[in-house]
Amino acid sequence: MKNKQVVSALAKKRTRNLVIMAVLNVVSFILFAYLPGKSQNVTFNFVLGDEWVIIHSWIIGSKFGAYCFSGLAVVFLGVAFLRARQGKKLGASALAYALSIFIAFMCWAAAGAAISVTGLLQGGLFLAIPLVFGSLSGLICERSGVINIAIEGQLLAGAFAAGVVGSLTQNAWAGLLVAPLAGALISLLLATFAIKYAVDQVILGFVINVLVIGLTSFASQRVLTTDSATWNSSPIFSTIQIPVLSKIPLIGPIFFSQTIIVYMLYVIVAVIQLSLFKSKWGLRMRAVGELPVAAESVGIDVNKVRFRNVLIAGLVAGLGGAFFTVGSSGAFSRQMTAGMGFIALAALIFGKWTPLGAVAAALLFGFADQLRTVLSITGTPIPSEFMVMVPYIVTIIAVSGFVGKVRAPASDGIPYKRGGSH
Amino acid sequence: MNVKSIARKAILPSIAFALALFVGGLVIGLTDSRVLSKISSPISFIKIFASTVGNAYLALFQGAIFDPNLAEGHSFLTGFYPLSQTVVNAAPLMLCGLSVAIAFKAGLFNIGAQGQFILGAIGASYVGFHFKLPIVVHILIAIFAAIVLSALWGGFVGLLKAKTGAHEVIVTIMLNYIAANFLLWLLGTSAFLRPGRLDPLAPPIAESARLLRLFGQNYSVNVGIFISVFVAFLFWLLINRSTWGFKTRAVGANSSAAKTAGISVQKITVGTMLIAGGLSGLAGAIHVLGFQYELTADVAGSFGFDAITVALLGRGGPVGVVLASLLFAGLRVGGSTMQANVQVPVEIVLVIQALVVLFIAAPGLITRYLKIKNLESGQEMASKGWNG
Repeated sequence: MKNKQVVSALAKKRTRNLVIMAVLNVVSFILFAYLPGKSQNVTFNFVLGDEWVIIHSWIIGSKFGAYCFSGLAVVFLGVAFLRARQGKKLGASALAYALSIFIAFMCWAAAGAAISVTGLLQGGLFLAIPLVFGSLSGLICERSGVINIAIEGQLLAGAFAAGVVGSLTQNAWAGLLVAPLAGALISLLLATFAIKYAVDQVILGFVINVLVIGLTSFASQRVLTTDSATWNSSPIFSTIQIPVLSKIPLIGPIFFSQTIIVYMLYVIVAVIQLSLFKSKWGLRMRAVGELPVAAESVGIDVNKVRFRNVLIAGLVAGLGGAFFTVGSSGAFSRQMTAGMGFIALAALIFGKWTPLGAVAAALLFGFADQLRTVLSITGTPIPSEFMVMVPYIVTIIAVSGFVGKVRAPASDGIPYKRGGSH
Repeated sequence: MNVKSIARKAILPSIAFALALFVGGLVIGLTDSRVLSKISSPISFIKIFASTVGNAYLALFQGAIFDPNLAEGHSFLTGFYPLSQTVVNAAPLMLCGLSVAIAFKAGLFNIGAQGQFILGAIGASYVGFHFKLPIVVHILIAIFAAIVLSALWGGFVGLLKAKTGAHEVIVTIMLNYIAANFLLWLLGTSAFLRPGRLDPLAPPIAESARLLRLFGQNYSVNVGIFISVFVAFLFWLLINRSTWGFKTRAVGANSSAAKTAGISVQKITVGTMLIAGGLSGLAGAIHVLGFQYELTADVAGSFGFDAITVALLGRGGPVGVVLASLLFAGLRVGGSTMQANVQVPVEIVLVIQALVVLFIAAPGLITRYLKIKNLESGQEMASKGWNG
């Protein structure tokens, strides 16, 4: 009986999704293809550096392109419909549908301009890197049952420490080494107050952010700007071209022509994804985050596991902070993380508290941000302020349960007392 | 509530504030190059350390309350110009603090005061510059528009929470960014662009919509502070003397028990967020109509965020919020003077704010190390998870 209800609820949701997709398709036809007065050429460039060339660029009429890809979207919508009727997941067909609509959108938004596709994707990845680090930090904390609003503070502390140490030693590696420790220091504060003193974790995270913003801005004003040659001019990492891989068209310049921090990120993502679901560490993490009383009953020290994991999360976010200074600009500036910690939190939630989901969401948000920059240069009918809102709006939609069920780990944010009242 | 219990409630915040000032002093002293150069001789080190920190805090005080330099050559009262600035800034901070506090009462955490403030400022500003109305009517309609817009903005959060369980913290964080960008966009539209200007700046508020200044044109302190204190009184009436307030407190204390007792948690959630939004919106209106006189991209400053620390320092009660907002407004205003006069960056104020709240939020910390007994617990709200 219950099973049947679940199935029918799923079917209902799928039907609703299909309806939304169909409506979007109609909008795409009308807005992107039918309404624009005259057709202009859109140029998509694919080559950025010295990678192997398959296609150099591709020129298409904006109206023609919008019609074509809106039409292609109809095809994928049909496939999705058939899959739904067989009770299967929409999966790849929905993705292909979304991509077609997106290209139709690009034909409309970039009419009369040239877009570097590789550059767009590369820039998107660049902006997503701190988000990925941040959301992974949030993931480790929250899967262990500690809410982490302090991602912003961890990133900022990492950026500050890396910048200052890198500058004093004139060695980017030294900065990179210190950044995770700075992040962990913030985590120590979070863990002590959240776990030992059972302070409300949302308030705590918020206050820690204020503290870190205050301290780093104060130090930046008082020390860094007075003698920036000594304190605030760190060398930066240069990009490392991975032989062969960096020559692959499109993929090479995006993924394999990056700094050491980004390559470290690939490893960290893989390690976290694997160990969360396949290792003892991951199992314990999920246990203390979901049902700590059960974890304790088999001899796990819940608060010790949580404490340790919050520190590890700090290491990850701190490392991500290094990207702001030794990874890109070299100099620290006040509040340079600019709310990215909160977008990382949004990515974690939108990714449904899973590593790959969080990474995908972070990439999407980074891409959206880069797209906004590119389109504001080429000129587009959409105000850039609305494009900035995209991550925030989709997060609200996600937590409201409109796209699948988004659920936090059951004991996320609830302090644990030995013997377990929860 | 008698004097003794008020005094006891004030012990913890006072200790926390003193500790925060002490740590702030350490940070100021130990980052000063003149202080550090004397580190080899302890006596002169302590002397210059104390004088550096003392001068910084003196400048802070002068910038926040009374500056004898301003009084020189003028009347004694001129020296209180900084206090006028403090009070002007305290009024919106107070209302935002009440907005956060009322959500605390229902067990909700309203991080969205910033966004609600922005919506209020938009509403008040539009009515303020667009319409030509008689003096009092103009102000009332502007304030009404501000409250309606921001109450809807806040109420939306409550509605989402009640209907779908979306956590108000996540939604309000996101809505703050959305509001800020919405304002940015709005200021570029023709309806909000000041004629002859291209930068994001709305036309000035009409004279008829400006709040009355209390001590002449030289002092910006205006009736906004009376409105704010009066609203704090209404807050007390509502929470402690009305059925609705009782229900709200019941939901805040234990929502499942309240539900069992027949209280509609959903209604309380939506209602509380409506009021919380309205309060922050009123703050935006008072700031625009009473002090700023124009809508800019950063009209909200950091009022909405400081409000959270205000509500926590004020222990969620109206009297506490009134006092805490005066204190923090003073810190902000004085901090700028400190930066200008003795070159100590104003950001130290953020550090002090954060430390105050940290010390208060963890009463275990103070009771354990300072051996003070009979403190009122500092826990404003029980810890709850994302799913709660």
